[in-house]
Amino acid sequence: MFVRNGTVCVARFGPAEAAVLNEVMLEVITLLSEGFDRTDPVITRLFPDMYRNDASASEELRRYLEDDLRSAKLEQAALLLDVLPVEGGEVALDEEQAEAWLRALTDVRLTLGSRLGIDDDDVDVEEELDEAILKDPTSARVGQLSVYQYLTYLQESLVGALMG
Amino acid sequence: MAAPQVVPIEETRLEADEVPETDRPWVTVVWNDPVNLMSYVTWVLQKLFGFSKEKAERLMLDVHHKGKAIVSSGPREKMEYDASRLQAYGLWATVDKS
Repeated sequence: MFVRNGTVCVARFGPAEAAVLNEVMLEVITLLSEGFDRTDPVITRLFPDMYRNDASASEELRRYLEDDLRSAKLEQAALLLDVLPVEGGEVALDEEQAEAWLRALTDVRLTLGSRLGIDDDDVDVEEELDEAILKDPTSARVGQLSVYQYLTYLQESLVGALMG
Repeated sequence: MAAPQVVPIEETRLEADEVPETDRPWVTVVWNDPVNLMSYVTWVLQKLFGFSKEKAERLMLDVHHKGKAIVSSGPREKMEYDASRLQAYGLWATVDKS
């Protein structure tokens, strides 16, 4: 988890943590590049309509904005991966890097959250995880919920470290 | 950068039939979503609009409890710009007429 150390935000990643973060970030990059599918609910969430009740105005605007938004998301994902030691280790982020990490972590959590059906404030991730473990502790859902929760704590710690 | 002022919602709510449609100001709306952290939303609002922590927290709590909050108002193009910046930070932002 991140803490503030002078002007930088510092965290130590174990090998498993680094591997997990690396993997989910690569998944997001795939979704944003060769796997880009406008009908995917994840993409709908990452690129929401600008006008809730005007599909054509939203579409027109999308043509101007989507490429830039997509490039920015790819750039911040690449920056995170660039800084993260693959085998684990210490990460020290300056303010600009910390901000890119926060945006990248947001994209990952929105992606996982959408896939896991976290679509309502009433969904309690802790409860979902307990339930999933009772059902089958080896299921993919247990793994994904654990990763989601880990990323939540990680992001929370980085916001805290950045805001001081 | 000058921080855009947010006019209280009560004052921006014009009677629809009193003002010609083209003159009605536009607003940027942030909607509640179950993924974004309260602390993160507060930070984004401070960062992008230059709001004080208190103001950003108040708007964040409106989003959380009421489902949405108006974070800026003004010309349509400016609102589209604001919403696109919020979307770049992963917030669910849209543009609407006030």
